[in-house]
Parts: sequence; structure tokens; C-alpha cells
Amino acid sequence: MKNARAADDSILTDEFLRQLINVGEVDILVGLPTHNNAKTIGPIVATIQAGLLAFFPRDRAAIINADGGSQDGTTELVLNAAIDDVRRGSKISALRTLHVISTQYAASPTRGTALRSILAAGELLRAKTCVVISPESTQVETDWLTKLVRPIYAGEFDLVLPTYSRHRFDGILLTNLLYPMTRALYGLRIREPYALDFAFSGTLGSQFLAQNAWQDETARAGSETYFTLNAIASRARICQSFLGTREHIERRSADLIPALRQTVGALFSSLGPHMALWNASTASQPIPTTGPEREFTLEPLRVNRKRLREMFSTGVAELESVFQAILSPSTLEELRRIARLEETEFRYPAELWVKTIYEFAVAYHKTVISRDHILQALAPLFRGRAFTFLAENRNGSADGVEDNIEALCLEFERGKPYLLELWNGTQ
Amino acid sequence: MREMIVNELTQAMQGISRGFAHILPRIIVLVIIGFVGWVVAYVLKLSLRSILRLVKFDKLSENAGASQLLSKAGLPSATEVLSQFTFGVAWLGFILLGVSVLGVFGLQEQIARFFLFVPRLFVALFLLFVGLLGASFFSRAALLAAVNANLPSPRLLGIAIRSIIIVFALSMVCEVLGVAEETMLVAFGIVFGAVMLGLAIAFGIGGQGLAQQFLENRFGRGKDDEGKRDELSPL
Repeated sequence: MKNARAADDSILTDEFLRQLINVGEVDILVGLPTHNNAKTIGPIVATIQAGLLAFFPRDRAAIINADGGSQDGTTELVLNAAIDDVRRGSKISALRTLHVISTQYAASPTRGTALRSILAAGELLRAKTCVVISPESTQVETDWLTKLVRPIYAGEFDLVLPTYSRHRFDGILLTNLLYPMTRALYGLRIREPYALDFAFSGTLGSQFLAQNAWQDETARAGSETYFTLNAIASRARICQSFLGTREHIERRSADLIPALRQTVGALFSSLGPHMALWNASTASQPIPTTGPEREFTLEPLRVNRKRLREMFSTGVAELESVFQAILSPSTLEELRRIARLEETEFRYPAELWVKTIYEFAVAYHKTVISRDHILQALAPLFRGRAFTFLAENRNGSADGVEDNIEALCLEFERGKPYLLELWNGTQ
Repeated sequence: MREMIVNELTQAMQGISRGFAHILPRIIVLVIIGFVGWVVAYVLKLSLRSILRLVKFDKLSENAGASQLLSKAGLPSATEVLSQFTFGVAWLGFILLGVSVLGVFGLQEQIARFFLFVPRLFVALFLLFVGLLGASFFSRAALLAAVNANLPSPRLLGIAIRSIIIVFALSMVCEVLGVAEETMLVAFGIVFGAVMLGLAIAFGIGGQGLAQQFLENRFGRGKDDEGKRDELSPL
């Protein structure tokens, strides 16, 4: 514990520490992990300030910006966001000073280090509640803060995760892998295990800060996922809060690999240390949720499905030697078969997808090849599954999409004995 | 006359007896050194085998592609091969040490050479293993990156990178062993230059279509795909 604290001190610069000491103690800490987010950060800070003024005027609050070496003036925008403008607009006065501090934790961005800086600041300021808001969101509402903070303020929960209204094809990695697998393994129906906007109690933050996981590269890359999984493992009281529409900056196709590292890498890594927990868990349970668990918008979206299908087939053909080290012969043979199908006939069935993912998870655990290579090898297969999800839900209603996701979740739950067999080496 | 023959025979027999008496203790020493050497080499083999199993050397070897090579040659696992090899070299070293005790003219120098060669042999083996490991890792990394970037001929790229690293490792191994140093240096230069020139020509002249396709994929889209997203947000 002492070692962990010493390490935390070392990641905080003297100037940052001095500014934190000047703040004293706070009730609410809002963390903003940024890196070149000049396009969105200004309105986000203004909305946070407005939210604090509107819903927590009597509370001591601070906004902490942990920046990973932005070159586009992000930090200046955070520091220059004038609270007076917000006050004039809302005609509400805060009874306390709202502190805004920005620190550059490194010359290059690492999500884990940003979160660690925010956690360390929260502990130093003895924050009762910490909120992390993603700088990639293009539409943050003032009531997000109260939706995230109130359950913790009331002492009912330790971690509040978000649910959103999303386009039915947004977040396919979440709906087709992260949510179903987390649910099947840990028995909790957490819709956003990789939460970007979330809140937690100071106690849970300190507990996570004391973990030794910070030395692990995977944990640093997927710290948000790790945080959720750690909360599950420590039996923290978790709830969900519906925040509304999630609008975010468009991601490029090159973002898939980092996304896999941040989410799937962290999930696969957690299987070893939490084996006793997921081995014991049986059927999944819903968790308390304020508002709807999920909303889907259905506006038409043109996606280059042909490219997804081509990249799947190319991947299966070209990466055969890699897949031989990861997958069982029967799964690989089945993948070869569907890769030969015409576009109109092509489907990556849920059962095969679940089998593939569980075999990847065990290969990752056993490190049959470099773990990062295993995650990269998953990308073309995920594209095949994404193609199928798009095809199956092309004309589907919101309920239809939800039913499709639910069916996949049940498939993941049914496939759990297969994962255990692989894990224990009986297959 | 008869006495002379008897004397000569007696002297010869005495000479042989003296020579035998002179060499017998050395032969006994050779046998003892050989036996002690066998015991030491055996212990060394067992220890090395345990250490290699502990550090999962077979998995490393599998990743490096060395296991596949051994399997094709009908040899046992990398751990077993290395343990047996160490046993053989250590025992041979002890036997040669024992032979040097015999004092056979001209053999001493060869034995000294052998002992100077052994460390280089191990360095060469180590370099070869690291080379195979590096070749396997980097070729797979290139293959995965090329597949995920939708580049043309990803497997060719992987094979090219693997070949270059293996040729480079082999040239280093030969240099360490002192085998055909100049030939290997020239061969490496020729192979490396040929590969680079080949790639340049293939992509510049022969692969105009591929280059065009690559640039189109990278910076533009066909008419059919206009207005469509390449990929959806995964998170």
C-alpha cells in the first residue's frame, strides 16, 4: 500500500501537487483525460461548469484535466474556460470556488496514466465522488453530472456506469463482444463495461489506485475496462444511469486495433486473476438502472459492407499460420468455409463467434504467441462478425436489434462450459 | 646366436612392459576422467533440462519456428536437443582432457583449439535462436499490420521480412564460427540488395496496379463506395 502511494506521488509533478494542496478538500472531482481534444473540450468544460452550478452549487468541486501532451491548445482551452460566462448564462451563483487545474502527465498519451493521475488527485483532495467525462463526446448535457453523481452521493452505490441512446450500429465491439462476454463471465448485465463517462466513490478510487496493475501494459492501455472489472471483482455496488444520446468524434478504421487493446485485451487479461469469480458465477443478473438500459436510433447509415467482408476473407486466408496457433482445427475449418461464401450468403453465426472468442481468450491466457498479435489477429474476424450484425439488423427495429444482442448474450452464457473446458485443458 | 635372440626378445618384452607400465596409469586416469566427465555432463544435462522447462523454452522455440524445423528433421523437442547437445559437448570436453593426459604428440594443440571453439559454438547457437525468434516475431507483426491495413500481398511482405532477418542471423552465425566469412558477407550483401531491388522494381514497374490500388484504398474511394463509411465506431 505504501509503495503504491509512493508511486502515485511520483507521477504527480511538483507544480500539480502545489495546485492540489491549494485547493484543499473537495466533494466532487471531475476528471478530464485529454489529448488533442481542442475541437470538443471547450463546450465540455462549459457544460460541466454549468452542471456543477445548477446541481451542486453548495458543494466544493474541482475540474482536473490530465493531459497527454496536447499540441492543439487543449489545456489552454480548459484553463481559459471562464466560469463567469456560465454564471451569466445560468443566472445561478456557486457558493464555493470552482477550481480548474490542468496537468501534463506525459509527453505521449496513455489512458491509464491519465486515469491514475485523476485517481491520485481525487485521493489527495479527499474527493467524496469522482466523475470522469470523455473529451471525445461531442454532446455532453448538464444533467449528466447529477445522473452520475447522485447515486454515489446518496451512499447507495460505489460505481455508476452510463447507458446511452446510440445508433443501432454504433459500438459493435461493445454489443457483440464486450457486453455479452462480461455478462456471461461475471454474471452482471453491464451495458458499457468500457465506460468513458462514469462516476465512482473516493473509496473505490483509492482501492483501485492501490492496485499493482499499473505496471502492466495491458492494464494501462485498458484502464477503464480494468476499473469496471476490478469493481465487479471487489463486489462494489454498481448501478447504471441513462445519460441520453452519445455523440462522439468519428473513429477511423485504424482505431480498431487500439480499441481491441483497450477493451478486449483488458477483459482477456482479467480472466486469469479473476478465474475463481467467473468460474463460480452462473446465470446473469440485471443491475439497478436509472432510465432505460439501452435506446437505439434507427436512421439509415451507409456502410461499406463489401470492404468488411473482403477484409474478413483476406484475414482468414492470409493469417492461417497465426490462426493455427490460436484456434482449434474445427473452428478454423469452419472459418475457412464461411470465408468462401458469397457476400449474399455470408454469415458469421453467433455460435461460431462465441467459440472463436473463447478460443482466443484461452490462447491469450496461455500466451501461445505474443498477446498483442493475438488481439491484432482478432480484428479481421471481428469485421466478419460486424458484417453479419449489419446484415441481420439492416431493416430491424430497435426491439429487433435488442433481441439479436440478447440472443448473442445467451449464446455466450451457453458457451461458458466450453471456455472452462478449454481453460482447464480438457479440450 | 640363440642367446642374442633371447636377449633381444627379453629387452623388447621389457620395453613393452615398461611402456605399458608407463601408459597404464594414464589410461586409468583417462577412464576416470571420462567417467567423472560423464557424471558431470549428465548432471549438467538434467539441470539444463529443468531450467529450460521452467522458463518454457519449448514455447519460445515454437514461437521462433525452431520447433517446426526440428520436427521436420525428426528430432525431439528443442529442450531435449539442447540438453543432449550440452551433454555431448561437456562429455567430449572431458574425454579430450583425459586424452591430453596421454601426452600424444600433436593432439594437445587440436584439443586446445576445440576448447577455444566451444564458447563460439554456443554463441553461434544463441545468435541463431535469437535470429529465428526475431524473424518469426517481426514477420508475424508485419503480416498482421499488413492484413489490418488492407495492404496487397501481406504474406509476401511477411516472408520477405522473415527471409531478410534469417539471412542476417546466418551471416552473423558464420562470422562467429569463422566459416566462410567473406563468402557469407558477400552473399548477404547480394541477397539483401537483390531483395530490395526486387521490391523496388516490383512495386515501381511491375506493381503499378497494386500501387494504384493501395493509394486508392489509402487516400480515396471508388465511385460505388462514395458516401459510405469504411468502418463503424467499434466502441
